[in-house]
Amino acid sequence: MKISVGPILYYWPKQQVLDFYQRLLESSVDIIYLGEAVCSKRHELRIEDWIELAVKLNESGKQVVLSTLALIEARSELSGLQKICSNNDGILVEANDMAAVQMLSEQGLPFVSGSSINIYNAHTLKILQQQGMQRWVMPVELNRETLNDILAEAKTMGFSDEIETEVFAYGKLPLAYSARCFTARMKNLPKDDCRYSCIDYPDGVVMETQEDQELFTLNGIQTQSGYCYNLLPQLPEMINLGVDVVRISPQFEGTEQVVQQFRNGLDQGKVDAGLIARQHCNGYWFGQSGMSTVQDR
Amino acid sequence: MELVCPAGSLPALRVAVDSGADAVYMGFKDDTNARHFAGLNFNDRKARQALDYAIDRKVKVFVAINTYAQPKGWKRWQEAVDRAYDLGVNALIVADMGVLEYACNKYPDLALHLSVQGSATNHEALKFYHKNFGIRRAVLPRVLSLAQVKLAAEKSPVDLEVFGFGSLCIMAEGRCYLSSYVTDESPNTCGACSPAKAVRWEETAEGRESRLNDVLIDRYREGENAGYPTLCKGRFKVDDHVYNALEEPTSLNTIRLIPELSAAGIKAIKLEGRQRSPAYVEQIVRVWREALDAYAIERDNFTPRSEWMDSLSKVSEGTQTTLGAYSRPWQ
Repeated sequence: MKISVGPILYYWPKQQVLDFYQRLLESSVDIIYLGEAVCSKRHELRIEDWIELAVKLNESGKQVVLSTLALIEARSELSGLQKICSNNDGILVEANDMAAVQMLSEQGLPFVSGSSINIYNAHTLKILQQQGMQRWVMPVELNRETLNDILAEAKTMGFSDEIETEVFAYGKLPLAYSARCFTARMKNLPKDDCRYSCIDYPDGVVMETQEDQELFTLNGIQTQSGYCYNLLPQLPEMINLGVDVVRISPQFEGTEQVVQQFRNGLDQGKVDAGLIARQHCNGYWFGQSGMSTVQDR
Repeated sequence: MELVCPAGSLPALRVAVDSGADAVYMGFKDDTNARHFAGLNFNDRKARQALDYAIDRKVKVFVAINTYAQPKGWKRWQEAVDRAYDLGVNALIVADMGVLEYACNKYPDLALHLSVQGSATNHEALKFYHKNFGIRRAVLPRVLSLAQVKLAAEKSPVDLEVFGFGSLCIMAEGRCYLSSYVTDESPNTCGACSPAKAVRWEETAEGRESRLNDVLIDRYREGENAGYPTLCKGRFKVDDHVYNALEEPTSLNTIRLIPELSAAGIKAIKLEGRQRSPAYVEQIVRVWREALDAYAIERDNFTPRSEWMDSLSKVSEGTQTTLGAYSRPWQ
């Protein structure tokens, strides 16, 4: 099983992004996703910069994937997407919207299907595989039973060997996308004059209930879970199920340490369930509400 | 533009048809559609009656089979497609690619509309669905500005239908898991958002509290109107400030945009509300019928009548309406 680090979902200054990827290169991560997946207004790294960074990281021996926007609405977003999909450097692309699937399949290019592409059964999985999908990231709200059923059916249908399965296993879950920017709204600013407010919140903004319970994390137009999803103890089970890659979603600090924890878990073949911290959750994997925590014996 | 109206029940369907709908949309009594609520939707007998009523009055019927099928339930979605075909409906409204493939292979003449749950917000995504499944129409998610709607319409290979009125979903439809994060049911997995089974009301010293399971969605003081705890419409705390951090309870109302939507080539206006009463449906369909008929005559001189706006506001969430994402300042 391989370890991947997903694209940085937040807005960080360019140097911090570069430093982050430098540290990742020195870690035991196998696959690095990079690129802007949330908001096209963010410009610390422009599309050309992301492609250039991807090419540089590619030379290191890590597998590199360029990620793309989940919500594509504007003309400029479509042309930006086209630039990435048609990159001349042969970098694999992660599609997070059907526009990218269309562009990549039309050009006969292999691609990764990100977690915001709605694959809920093996029929859809096969359709995308036939269009060039090499790897899929399971939608975050799905559970281990559904995953098992999908992969079993894929085997019966004869294409399970053609695809890799990736599971979002650690980090703030991406739960929704809006036209509205919630970070700007918090500052009483309209999206068109957001003043790039999200750069001040490298891990997003916590949104609590009136009882001070962390409910969601605001990240511009993206709403994330309040709790951090953590499937580290489920590594052995995931291997048995046929999961090929586990994804760790970056936070501002500590991502390399999490990579190491997962690497230790893979090397040692089992994980101490006591590692689940108070602010973590794992409900989705067990078919419960995402925010709940199940102690799996 | 075609007026597409919600039919959550046979009485609502009749009223929609009688009030001037060009088409009605409905679902079966299970989780194959995204309004899977107790007391709603059509069994086989009622569906037959619905079809007969609508066909007699030359009104089209669409059936929504627009949730996402997981392996265990796959047969249910196949059967729903078969049932709808046997009924002789005019079109299916579908989101799941596997279901689209099943329908277009088995019934090549059956019109397929891409549901808003298919989350296609641009013409490239629409191209994919058109090329691979032969969809004839798509319903656009309510996250596009008017300019973006026009762009999509300009380049779309298929007819477009847009929401004109009703409860507003502020997240891109088809890819929102906020509900399953809190309650284990989402529109995609169960055809439900903020499901009734999780709703709890409690009178406390601080006021009337609405919860989904244990999660406090809102708190109402004396005299405040308590609304259904749709989880994105509560008042939450960000940085010590308590407010509708995501959205206020409000309804979409785009009557003012009728001329622009028509000029952009939009094929149909969809009214939300399958979970609403026949009285509600009658009210909104009547107003929209009048508005569209007035536009047909007045064209560039079209102005929304204040009686229409008042009628619609009265039945709106929070008794207020908005242009939603169609208007940039909302974003």
